[in-house]
Amino acid sequence: MAWLNIIVQGALLGGLYALFAAGLSLMFGVMRLVNIAHGDLIVLSAYCALVIVQATGMHPLASLVLVVPLMFAFGYGLQRGLLNFTLSGGILPPLLVTFGLSVIIQNGLLEAFSADSRRLQAGALETASLRLGDQLAIGWLPAIVFIVAVAVIALLEQLLYRTALGRAFRAVSDDADTAQLSGVEIRHVFALATALALAVVSLAGVLLAIRTNFDPSIGPARLLYAFEAVIIGGLGSLWGTLAGGVLLGIAQSLGAALDPGWEILAGHIVFLLVLLLRPRGLFPKQAE
Amino acid sequence: MLRTGAYRIDRSTRASRVALAVAAVIVAALLSLPLWGDSGDMRLAVEIFYYLALAQAWNLLAGYTGLVSVGQQAYVGLGGYGFFALTVLLGIAPLPAIALAGIAAAVIALPTAFVVFRLRGAYFAIGSWVVGEVFRLLLALVKPLGGGTGMSLPVAVVLSLAPSRAARDVVVYYLGLALGAGAVSLVFLWLRSRQGLALTAIRDSERAAASVGVDNRRTKLAVHIIAAGIAGLVGALAFLEKLRISPDAAFSVGDWTANVIFIVVIGGIGSIEGPILGTIVFFGLRALLVDYGAWYLITLGALAVAVMLLAPQGLWGLLARAFGWQFFPVQRRLRLLDLRQAPPKPSEAPIEAAHRED
Repeated sequence: MAWLNIIVQGALLGGLYALFAAGLSLMFGVMRLVNIAHGDLIVLSAYCALVIVQATGMHPLASLVLVVPLMFAFGYGLQRGLLNFTLSGGILPPLLVTFGLSVIIQNGLLEAFSADSRRLQAGALETASLRLGDQLAIGWLPAIVFIVAVAVIALLEQLLYRTALGRAFRAVSDDADTAQLSGVEIRHVFALATALALAVVSLAGVLLAIRTNFDPSIGPARLLYAFEAVIIGGLGSLWGTLAGGVLLGIAQSLGAALDPGWEILAGHIVFLLVLLLRPRGLFPKQAE
Repeated sequence: MLRTGAYRIDRSTRASRVALAVAAVIVAALLSLPLWGDSGDMRLAVEIFYYLALAQAWNLLAGYTGLVSVGQQAYVGLGGYGFFALTVLLGIAPLPAIALAGIAAAVIALPTAFVVFRLRGAYFAIGSWVVGEVFRLLLALVKPLGGGTGMSLPVAVVLSLAPSRAARDVVVYYLGLALGAGAVSLVFLWLRSRQGLALTAIRDSERAAASVGVDNRRTKLAVHIIAAGIAGLVGALAFLEKLRISPDAAFSVGDWTANVIFIVVIGGIGSIEGPILGTIVFFGLRALLVDYGAWYLITLGALAVAVMLLAPQGLWGLLARAFGWQFFPVQRRLRLLDLRQAPPKPSEAPIEAAHRED
């Protein structure tokens, strides 16, 4: 029963990782852009929520009403003002520009908020739980995070396969030049993809900030978890990414149960094993 | 120089011959630094040398073979920990231990290549980063080497290197100089060799290189292993100088990879001169912005972003284009000698044999 509890908590944590991964996956899927600053953008939105909560006194979850549109707009501007200019010259420019961006965001946050650890206070929600048995209880907060992750992935799937915008995303992903010839404004579509990715990122950032402490330096580790969830699940498959996140969460929580030093290491090792044994991930979308 | 009737192939240029003379003067000045500099100068110089070595290695990886590694801290850390393990646990003398630590880092790079080479492009970058994290977390579990808090180098080991602090500074300084100059020379000689031609070909077009018979995978593996060996030597030397090691310091992505990426990108990726210029700019900026804390890194990041967008060949690329400079003669230039067979115009301009694709 104790092991079941560990696995359930790990799986719920995996929901958060899937949420981290969804934005990364979307940007890569649409424009083959791997955003090294992804983790730092998660942390940036957490600080954004912190400022809003401190200024207005609203509940952290309510602050999403402001944080999500803000990050959406920021994402649109970031893509049109900066990242679009990196997409024509091979793999180095996008990688190194987002790497530079990552260092700028991290040190900017450090300068503005110091290295102190922060947290968003969510009142009773933080400790409320649903008791399912002697040794099994599910916290409401982890459960909500997991449900949000499933809902976001379901909505993204609907958007990709049922709407005109989704059709444009898939078209530029397959062949940007041809899509542009048929009237798709690719710079605008790329910017919308990043905007949407950052909206998901902001959701993930706020939920992370309620769940655990954060400081300016934790971004890169979130990037690695997001990346691992994408690769474990298999490129191009959003539901696979959810499964990848869950597997990563379970590995970390089993590792932590063995020895605290093994928590993060166990996740990385599962990732490396998948890479060795199933390099295309567990649920690859397309055949080669 | 090669003469065959109607044309001739030049390797050196006027700039490169001048540069050779200047380089000789600089090396002579550096060799004599312990005579006129204090220990602070020597420490700064050693730091410059190991960043120069790391920058040359990263430039080979990213600039020539497209392996944009964010995981070089793995090998710096392994070199550092290798040095501590060899001297403290096995009682090996410091000097051979440095060499062995470098070799150990290169050997460990072989199995890790087997895993990370499954990832391409940007995914390789993040995958190599994960490998760096794995080694950091693993070393934190090794209790004989201090676990998560790390350990100091025992006094006995320090004394076995040199009896006094002043003598130790001089030994470390010359080791650093050898490492920095050695890394630049190694890259230079490699690029002039047959394999160097393959490297340049891969830099300019992977597909075209493969189509003329270059074994891309083998070349990349060689670069990966050599770069790891250089990083390992840097790690051994850096933590010998610091006298203390911990997983966070040894496997720091900021210290050992981010700074190096900025150096190479700002200086100029895909040339030998770029990382040298980048190292000078990096330490110059650091001296200027020393009192501004995080603003220093923000400035570096912004400068790197601007360079990548506006001048992807870096500051050296701008200079080389403006003045036609090439200090390290690794290209071959074809000059037509027989005027009757020469193209009508512009007959005086040398044709670059190693033409770049950009």
